Amino acid sequence: MRNVYLRLYVRYVAASVRAQLQYRASFFMMTLGQFLAIAIEFAGIQALFDRFGTMRGWSLPEVALLYGMANTAFALADMFGRGFDQFGTMVRSGDFDRLLLRPLPTAFQLLAQDLVLMRLGRILCGLLALSWAMGQLAITTDAAKIVLLLFSLLGGACVFFGLFVLQAASCFRTIETLEIWSTVTYGGVEAAQFPMPLYRSWMRDLFTFIVPLACLNYLPASVLLNRSADLGVPPILAWTCPIIGFVFLAISLRVWSFGERHYLSTGS
Amino acid sequence: MTGLWPYFALFSARFRTLIQYREAAIAGMATQLFWGLIKIMILEGFYHGTTRTPPMSLAQAVTYTWLGQAFLAMLPFTANPDPDVRNMIRTGAVAYELARPIDLYSLWLSRQFAARTAPTLLRCVPIFLIAVPFLGMGLPPTLASGAAFVVSLAGALWLVCSFMTIITISLLWTISGDGIARLVPSVTLLLSGLIIPLPLFPPALQTFLKWQPFSGVADSPFRLYFGHLPPEALGGVLLHQLAWSLVFVLIGRLLLRRGLRLLTVQGG
Amino acid sequence: MPTPIIRVESLRKTYRIAERAAGSWNAIKSLLRPSYREKVALDDVSFEMQPGELVGYIGPNGAGKSTTVKILAGILVPDRGVCTVLERVPYERRIEHVRRIGVVFGQRSQLWWDLPVIESFDLLREIYRVDKTAYARLRDDLIARLDLGSFLSVPVRQLSLGQRMRCELAASLLHAPDLLFLDEPTIGLDAVSKLAVREFIRDLNRERGTTVILTTHDMDDIEALCSRVLVIADGHILSDGSLTALRTQVTRERWLTLDLENPDTSVTDPAATVIKREGDRVTLAFDPETIPAATLIARLTARVGIRDLFVGNPPIEEIIARLYGERSR
Repeated sequence: MRNVYLRLYVRYVAASVRAQLQYRASFFMMTLGQFLAIAIEFAGIQALFDRFGTMRGWSLPEVALLYGMANTAFALADMFGRGFDQFGTMVRSGDFDRLLLRPLPTAFQLLAQDLVLMRLGRILCGLLALSWAMGQLAITTDAAKIVLLLFSLLGGACVFFGLFVLQAASCFRTIETLEIWSTVTYGGVEAAQFPMPLYRSWMRDLFTFIVPLACLNYLPASVLLNRSADLGVPPILAWTCPIIGFVFLAISLRVWSFGERHYLSTGS
Repeated sequence: MTGLWPYFALFSARFRTLIQYREAAIAGMATQLFWGLIKIMILEGFYHGTTRTPPMSLAQAVTYTWLGQAFLAMLPFTANPDPDVRNMIRTGAVAYELARPIDLYSLWLSRQFAARTAPTLLRCVPIFLIAVPFLGMGLPPTLASGAAFVVSLAGALWLVCSFMTIITISLLWTISGDGIARLVPSVTLLLSGLIIPLPLFPPALQTFLKWQPFSGVADSPFRLYFGHLPPEALGGVLLHQLAWSLVFVLIGRLLLRRGLRLLTVQGG
Repeated sequence: MPTPIIRVESLRKTYRIAERAAGSWNAIKSLLRPSYREKVALDDVSFEMQPGELVGYIGPNGAGKSTTVKILAGILVPDRGVCTVLERVPYERRIEHVRRIGVVFGQRSQLWWDLPVIESFDLLREIYRVDKTAYARLRDDLIARLDLGSFLSVPVRQLSLGQRMRCELAASLLHAPDLLFLDEPTIGLDAVSKLAVREFIRDLNRERGTTVILTTHDMDDIEALCSRVLVIADGHILSDGSLTALRTQVTRERWLTLDLENPDTSVTDPAATVIKREGDRVTLAFDPETIPAATLIARLTARVGIRDLFVGNPPIEEIIARLYGERSR
């Protein structure tokens, strides 16, 4: 059963990738564009460090670690979750019916229908920032920390993916709130690039308890940077919090299937 | 004077179409407020931890940030400056445009004027109304500063529109044009001061930043607003803006001529 | 008597439509407390279909056609009523249900836009988990019947509308469904493609016994294909039966068409009404119970010079239009 879905996923993705590579020149330009967009923002941060020296006691490599984590996690989610991100247009045009008429779960079809290869540009940029930061901070030697980092990246990607799923689920009711969702998602990436104590408490709470991005970024990064004493929470919590990302995604998928059932009974 | 009439008619028709999307404007404004807040908290993080004296005060940087949010719709940060023309090019319907007894360059330029001004008017007033009393945005210190800002804004509009028209024209080269259009926003975003205020970049870069075209798009008008540039500097700013606008118009016309030749050879 | 393939009884479906007044203040208000209006899409709809039938389902836009089809296809849940398709309730287990039906939307594609046709087919085989040998046999048969051979390796986006529609038909049949829904399958097609599509549907129904529901606005489709027609308007079934029965239900009227020798001649008769006049061609409607055709023709030829004449039934469009007209009155 699982095996069937995996094979189908590979077939779907192969189709999507083939379609993207039909316009090769355009594809490379866009990948480069994705890379540049992030690299340039990072250049801005570097300029600020150059001007101010420090950010509330955080150094450039430390911020680069957060920056790399946030962008890699987001770009991963964005690469796989594009189908959900585009769902609003699909509902409006009625193309969602087409998915319902196929003997597969709709969430699976949305996941499989598009793999946005050009996000590799953003992922690459995020990974570069990460590896540079880890080199500077000498994290690379500690195996436990590497595992924590990988889990946090995965968990972070799950939170962003969950946001795309929730955004899509909200389209079952109305597509007029779309911009609010992208504010939370893209605002979340922006906010997660910097240490949480920077923000006023309402925004910290938003990104810790409602959209648990801090749990996948700032909290584990504090452990990686031996700053967990600042947190005011036991370090063991920071070690386990990537799990929250998976929970968030699971909840989002439940909301999705609830929304779909509601949609089938109300129609449009 | 009567020769300008058709362009004005097209401009106002387009303006009225764009002004209909009030809800999009409300959602967009909420987004911009949220983004502005994140950016300001990050800037505060840098200002509060440093012992060095930055070239502009925190209050000025905050005002700069809100101005950026208020005039975002006017600035050249989209890969798709004119969706209608882009569609026309994709479907080949651009051939009909050629049949109109109108100068195509002026037509596309006037569409840019509408596309840049209508959403800006809608979005900037509410941001002023909210950010000035509640969110730390300053007012011009003198009437002269305010007047200089308004005048320089007109120069910035010319600069932006003539630049965006080049992007529109580049879409005639469908594949590579699309790629270029996607690279442009991140570069112009950085060079106009929207990622971080230009004065905060390292001193070594300041001469280059001052002369490159995009300082005239946002940075110079904003600094005129809060007196970081004295009102007397207006003349220099205008000269810089108009000189670059002229260059952009010339490039645009040249590109359009070549693009159209390409179009007629391919047969649309 | 065989079990019906579709059984629908007292089906009712209403939609809630968000009401919006103009103005920004109302826009904000409706965000907080949206107000809704109820729209009845289906009201007390009942019918049955036997395996192997080819039924035309017609009605004006918004009459409830696509609502019915969506419910039968398992992608919409009715408010009330009984619905059994292929011996199960379609919307209870969507995935199992859609595996056994085929659906073609004339205006919407089920193929992968950027992929060659044949790869879309292969992908559909995996989605529907069709056995490889059965698939190969069926696919080759469909390719031959629909004459797809020459463009199998062309990306779908480069196909003409007629070619694409033939591919859509094949795609919807690769998993050998027992029941096929066709929504406007001939819309926008040229005359030759229309005939090809109709012929294919007829053969499919006759030879393989596939049950077909055809919704269309093209009355030629209905006349060429359907032995039975369901007419729906405003969510109610207005008529259910053969085309002939539909005609007699609406009107006994016959039409007499005359080609005049002199186009300026005035044509009148107390027992008939002129309903159309184009150049030298006049069409009169009459009731054969009040005046037999022969009498009317004799009376007219005595008075006006006629080159040619023709007696026939009013076109099906006219019948349908009157049916809707009676309903709205």
